[in-house]
Amino acid sequence: MSKEMNPFYDPSLKKRHLKDKLFKYFTISSLSISLIFLAIFLGDMIIKGSSAIQQTYIQVEVSYNEKSKKSYRKAVERKYINLLSRAALREIPMKMKNNPSLMGTKKLVWMLADDQVDMYMKEYYYKIKSRDLKTLKALIGDSRVEKKFNTIFFTHGDSKTPEYSGILSAMVGTILTLIVAMAVAFPIGVATAVYLEEFSSHGKWSQFLEVNINNLAAIPSILFGLLGLAIFINLFGFPRSSALVGGLTLALMTLPIIVVSSRAALRSVPASIRQAGYGLGLTKVQVVKDHVLPLAFPGIMTGSIIGLAQAMGETAPLIIVGMIAFIPDSPSSIMDAATVMPAQIFTWAGMPERAYIERTAAGILVLLTVLISLNALAVILRKKFEVKW
Amino acid sequence: MQTFETKNRNRHIQEDMIKYALILAATISILTTFGILFSILFEAIEFFKLKSFVYFFTGTEWSPGTVDSKFGALPIFAGTFIITLIAMSVALPIGLGSAIFMSEYATKTQRTILKPLLEVLAGIPTVVYGFFAAITVAPFIVNVCNSIGLEASFNSALASGVVMGIMIIPVISSLSDDVITAVPDSLRKGSLALGMTKSETIKDVVIPSAMPGIISAALLGISKALGETMIVVMAAGLRPNLSWNILEDMTTVTVRIVDSLVGDQAFNSPATLSAFALGLALFVVTLTLNIVSVRMIQKFKEKYKMSSL
Amino acid sequence: MKKNTKINVKDLNLWYGEKQALHNLDVKLYENKITALIGPSGCGKSTFLRCLNRMNDLVDSAKIEGNVIIDGKNIYDKDVDEVSVRKRVGMVFQQPNPFPKSIYENIAYAPLKHGIVKKGSECDDLVEESLHGAGIWDEVKDSLKEPATGLSGGQQQRICIARTIAVKPDIILMDEPTSALDPISTEKIEALMLELKKKYTIVTVTHNMQQAARIADMTAFFHLGKLIEYDETETIFVNPKEKKTEDYITGRFG
Ligand SMILES: Nc1ncnc2c1ncn2[C@@H]1O[C@H](COP(=O)(O)OP(=O)(O)OP(=O)(O)O)[C@@H](O)[C@H]1O
Ligand SMILES: [Mg+2]
Repeated sequence: MSKEMNPFYDPSLKKRHLKDKLFKYFTISSLSISLIFLAIFLGDMIIKGSSAIQQTYIQVEVSYNEKSKKSYRKAVERKYINLLSRAALREIPMKMKNNPSLMGTKKLVWMLADDQVDMYMKEYYYKIKSRDLKTLKALIGDSRVEKKFNTIFFTHGDSKTPEYSGILSAMVGTILTLIVAMAVAFPIGVATAVYLEEFSSHGKWSQFLEVNINNLAAIPSILFGLLGLAIFINLFGFPRSSALVGGLTLALMTLPIIVVSSRAALRSVPASIRQAGYGLGLTKVQVVKDHVLPLAFPGIMTGSIIGLAQAMGETAPLIIVGMIAFIPDSPSSIMDAATVMPAQIFTWAGMPERAYIERTAAGILVLLTVLISLNALAVILRKKFEVKW
Repeated sequence: MQTFETKNRNRHIQEDMIKYALILAATISILTTFGILFSILFEAIEFFKLKSFVYFFTGTEWSPGTVDSKFGALPIFAGTFIITLIAMSVALPIGLGSAIFMSEYATKTQRTILKPLLEVLAGIPTVVYGFFAAITVAPFIVNVCNSIGLEASFNSALASGVVMGIMIIPVISSLSDDVITAVPDSLRKGSLALGMTKSETIKDVVIPSAMPGIISAALLGISKALGETMIVVMAAGLRPNLSWNILEDMTTVTVRIVDSLVGDQAFNSPATLSAFALGLALFVVTLTLNIVSVRMIQKFKEKYKMSSL
Repeated sequence: MKKNTKINVKDLNLWYGEKQALHNLDVKLYENKITALIGPSGCGKSTFLRCLNRMNDLVDSAKIEGNVIIDGKNIYDKDVDEVSVRKRVGMVFQQPNPFPKSIYENIAYAPLKHGIVKKGSECDDLVEESLHGAGIWDEVKDSLKEPATGLSGGQQQRICIARTIAVKPDIILMDEPTSALDPISTEKIEALMLELKKKYTIVTVTHNMQQAARIADMTAFFHLGKLIEYDETETIFVNPKEKKTEDYITGRFG
């Protein structure tokens, strides 16, 4: 049928339909940009971080004798000194002390290479003197240079030499800090939620509490750092840089998340459960403790895990309370100076040596893996215990 | 009867104690807020005893390290403002666009896949964004600018602003998605039945109806941008720089707070105390934004008589 | 009664997913008449109504077969734009749904977008004319800048009618336009419909038998997605041919 015969033909609509399409494309591209960014971002971290899975080792002859016990520089042939990790060499005398039977022997050992050698092997930018480079190439020709799985990264703490640095102490610091944070935030958060949902009279006071918790959630994290510094360190005199101070600071930040999610979980427990309890002559405390809380527990856990994940990624307030100290050995108590994963990432990111970049990215990958697993766990928990009343 | 009564009394005491314990726990959150307020306020007052209040807000020279140290925070506020502006001009269109796609165009299955993906973006720690901004985005901007004959700093406001914007996208999109989805379908039908196209309906009816919620999301985004620390600490500059050129380095309130508190300065020096003065300004502004934002969302809820969002 | 066919529905079938909601409908709807669609809940009245301005296109699961011929053209033909169909076939809903904008903007929105009028006095005139047409001008003429959502339900519904006629359609579909309103508002809307049919073809759904009897020229009785009986209203109410129709009208089921 021709256009003239079509009573619904309307040329003015053409332009409007075009605009309609363009608008849809705008929304699609907005979302695509977000997702493309996510992809670029993760890809970038994987590219930058994946090379840290391996670390270069060089096979050299180590002589264990009185000289090398005094000076580690004497333990290997002189021309290899600059190619090897200073930190690893420094351990030789210690090793001899622990194992006296080594004395007087010579052994072929795979020694950790210097970070510049590692960079060379990974085809990054490197700085090696030409004489050393010659030696290195000869070693490579003899197949005495190898990249092996980087166990150091997972079994060592921070170090001033990049090839010898790892995330262990930061991991331990993170765990200690989070234990403190959750030990404080979880009971207080749940108790606050129970009070607001089950006991308060929903009057002015609880309204004030509610508004306050809401505001607390929106306060920039760095200001919690100022609080930690002024109250926990300066006023209470807790040790600076400690997991205790960091944990307390994070606890206050996590509190609103736990309160809000616990309240939602409590609210989803139907009133009939409470009425049934009262009907049996139970007191309010008994009803809440024995009947309401157990039912709300999965929801409370979900919220707490999400809060935990957030606390785990937090950096700014911890920097303020001094948790960016150089921590080569894992802290053994919450009073020791400690650092955390994100703070370690921050410190490494600021290092001039190229070798720290791959370690930073690898640290990020480890952190993201843990965070995503935590969030996935929260989702699974929620799905699994999703009860339909 | 006697035993019965005592038992009862014991139980009463126990119940009361639990109740008081709960009240005590609830008070902690209030103590925290006031703790933050007062700890910042007291130190800020100490600062203003030493240095001029008026100059702090109007002065343009910031030189904490010198003998005759000056604390004019205007360039710091300006840098914060410009980086926030860049962040919002990235986050607002992309966040809103994503929200509109998810609520108006996406099928159910698309939604169940896309929503968690966007949430991943929200779950990435800011230190990671900071690393990305400093190591990848900033050099990229420098290279691009060099190739077209412009000069850009490795600490450009643009780099940290853009990455911060990406960080804020999920803040905007998830809240906007909620409010747009909450706009009653009858309004869409009413518009479509008048012969409006889908995009006209969205632009002229749905978005305006959801506007209080969208504004609330934007305010929350701004508040996040103002308070964001790691991205700017890692990718923006330290130099207070009063300029409109987003390719130059600029500094922000949060960067200066971190800078003056990290390291071993005497706690009572004006250089250290200035962090608390800046913190106070940040506290007041973000708190105000949050309060306004909550009001707006309440208005939206009342409008469509929603109980929860 | 002189009848000119305005809408000719031929062999219309509709499925929501697997479920067939309309079966082989054949019906002619007449110009400048009010046609009432009656029948028990869920029999497909609203579904049928939505077929007449392609609102069912918005339901993903809906699948339509058959013809709806308006002014000699099947609106489901490939070369027909559903937007232009909706311009010509307006719709008023059960729940008044004014936009959360001012009264003026509610009316002016669509005509301005369609380019029916230009901004300014031309638009003002159309707004006034439409509000007059919907019989609500006197009530709102001093508050055009006020939000339409602040009006009473009955007033809101008339704003929605004014909004619809401002687009200058030929046909107005109404889905239980008075069921959410009080008796006085209902009376006003009914009077308005009788006025409107002089200019428009009206198809309305109602659950109120008296209402159908009062205002409709033609009445169609639906049951389980089938058109059971369609005739002049008087015939349907006084002298129905089908037993089912009679049972329904006398309140024996539905
Ligand atoms: N969007 C939809 N998706 C799936 N099924 C639908 C949809 N809309 C309606 N239905 C089904 O189609 C049938 C007809 O519904 P319709 O709304 O047309 O009935 P109705 O006669 O208008 O009823 P009422 O008088 O209650 O408004 C019903 O069985 C209904 O469940
Ligand atoms: Mg219906």
